[in-house]
Amino acid sequence: MSEEPILSVTELTKIFGEGVAETVVLKGVDLSMMSSEMSALLGPSGSGKSTLLNILGTLMRASGGSHEMLGVDLMQASEAKRTEFRSKHLGFVFQFHHLLPDLTALENVMMPAASAAGRETRLMRERATELLDAVGLADRRDFRPVAMSGGQRQRVAVARALINNPVLVLADEPTGNLDRQSADQVMDLIRSINQTMATSFLISTHDEHIAAQCPRRIELLDGRIVRS
Amino acid sequence: MTPYAVKLAIRHLLSHPGQTALLMSGVALGVGVFIFMSALIGGLATLLTLRTVGSIPHVVLEMPDRDPAILVPQSGAQVVLQKDLSRREQIAIWQPAVPIIEAERGVTAVSPQIRGSAYVERGQALAPVGVIGVMPGKLSDIANIEAAIVDGSSNLPTDGVLLGSRLANDLGLRVGQVVRLTSDRGRARSFRIGGIFTLGVASADRQAVYMDFTTARALFDLPTGISRIEIKVKPATDAAGIAARLRRSTGLKATAWTEDNSQLFEGLDAQARTGIIIKAFALITIVVGIASAMLLSIVRRQAEIGIMRAMGAGKRLVVSIFVLEGTLIGLVGAVVGAGTAWIVLLPMPPVAEVQSGGLPIDRAQGDFLLAITLTTLAAMLASILPARRAARIDPVEAIGS
Repeated sequence: MSEEPILSVTELTKIFGEGVAETVVLKGVDLSMMSSEMSALLGPSGSGKSTLLNILGTLMRASGGSHEMLGVDLMQASEAKRTEFRSKHLGFVFQFHHLLPDLTALENVMMPAASAAGRETRLMRERATELLDAVGLADRRDFRPVAMSGGQRQRVAVARALINNPVLVLADEPTGNLDRQSADQVMDLIRSINQTMATSFLISTHDEHIAAQCPRRIELLDGRIVRS
Repeated sequence: MTPYAVKLAIRHLLSHPGQTALLMSGVALGVGVFIFMSALIGGLATLLTLRTVGSIPHVVLEMPDRDPAILVPQSGAQVVLQKDLSRREQIAIWQPAVPIIEAERGVTAVSPQIRGSAYVERGQALAPVGVIGVMPGKLSDIANIEAAIVDGSSNLPTDGVLLGSRLANDLGLRVGQVVRLTSDRGRARSFRIGGIFTLGVASADRQAVYMDFTTARALFDLPTGISRIEIKVKPATDAAGIAARLRRSTGLKATAWTEDNSQLFEGLDAQARTGIIIKAFALITIVVGIASAMLLSIVRRQAEIGIMRAMGAGKRLVVSIFVLEGTLIGLVGAVVGAGTAWIVLLPMPPVAEVQSGGLPIDRAQGDFLLAITLTTLAAMLASILPARRAARIDPVEAIGS
């Protein structure tokens, strides 16, 4: 399989606050990711994992360095351009599922695509049904989040992250809130999607058991990558 | 405004039926107050106007004052003006004016009259009265005497008169009795009382005496001229404009009822202003209610909004959803409130038939459509600021919280 770099950041820094309150969270991060890659991002609390994920996900701008993805210079891009890029090429899974409580599982999966298009289409519905099927929740498509278990909700969230066929899914402690069995189910799911759909995953975690399931380990310590 | 925004807004409202219903009832209540105030204040104005204009002429045409023109313009000269009293005040040539007046738009009745002062004698008692000589068939053109008859009939033979009930009471007169009238021209004649009326206006019931036009001519020494022409117009509020036009077309002095009743208009104006203030407060309450409900909703749904923004939803989508929710609450609440007000006001009697002590509510003046439009607009405005705040939510902070 010929692998191409999809993402590269160099000398990435992030500073919060000003003057005496200034905190440097990222102190020059160099990282590149290939297509179909599945990596674990490890590091103690406060090491800058979430900040790095937020910057890579265009939810936050870096203070310095370069940030390129699929040939687009995301450091220079306007906010509207970044929003559009995010909706087309990136997927997110968070520690808490954050499903919209008023929508059914199927509607939640369609949400990112429908938000961008301004309507729900038949095509989206088909794709969302496929994805729910892929995460093993075909029979839960018309259930609202409140009627599902924690693991089921997180699987819906994984399906939602995939609706726009993203190149890269950023997962921030996706199993942090689940019991071991549900966590394993979610990880199995992510691995199988990574293999069948060639989607790259960057999964931040504290959990060695989760990290062990990823071919690549990226370790962050005090704002710097110490192992990649 | 995309179909997806509409779907999400409606879905959220339907997913929280209790909260939505509560908000909409609040709006409905405000709209109810708005409509009730409009109907009440409009009805009060109608009632007061009806009571005032019902039995009075709307325009009175009389001979203009004949004051001599001053021919000495130099300063320093002393001019003494003497009102010209050498001739009787009468409209000498009036027949040609009647068709001109009748042709004027808005005029509904024209009544040429002979008027004069007289006194009624009965035994040792004397009572001053105002005599109104009306043409046959025009008795009820200005004040509805026929409907006000409480005893006898409204027929006016040449030797008959109709009296007000207070006058009849004061002098102990009854239908069929004969009274003697002496005019201020010194002519006296006996009349048979044909009917007694109660107009509900004290001055008329105590002093008015109606008689035949030709009989009045003789009694007041007016062989050809008349005293005045009284006119009814519709709507009564147009009287001033019609009076001005009649002044030009007939050359007579035209006085509209509005000129003699300016206090009534000041009162009605003050009442209308009070109504506007109350209605404005009803709208402000709606705005504050919706704005605070939307703000609370946004705080509660912060993570949801954050996640939508993180997943690529633009600010416009977020703004649309919240503005739509606010507007829908306003629109549905307003329609429900207006509908309820309509039904509640249904059994109210027409303003003209309101008994004393009852509320003169005129449903037709309830401003139903205005209330719905203003409320919907107010609800929309009320949700714009909260919606913009929702759109500014930082996804990173919202998701982390």
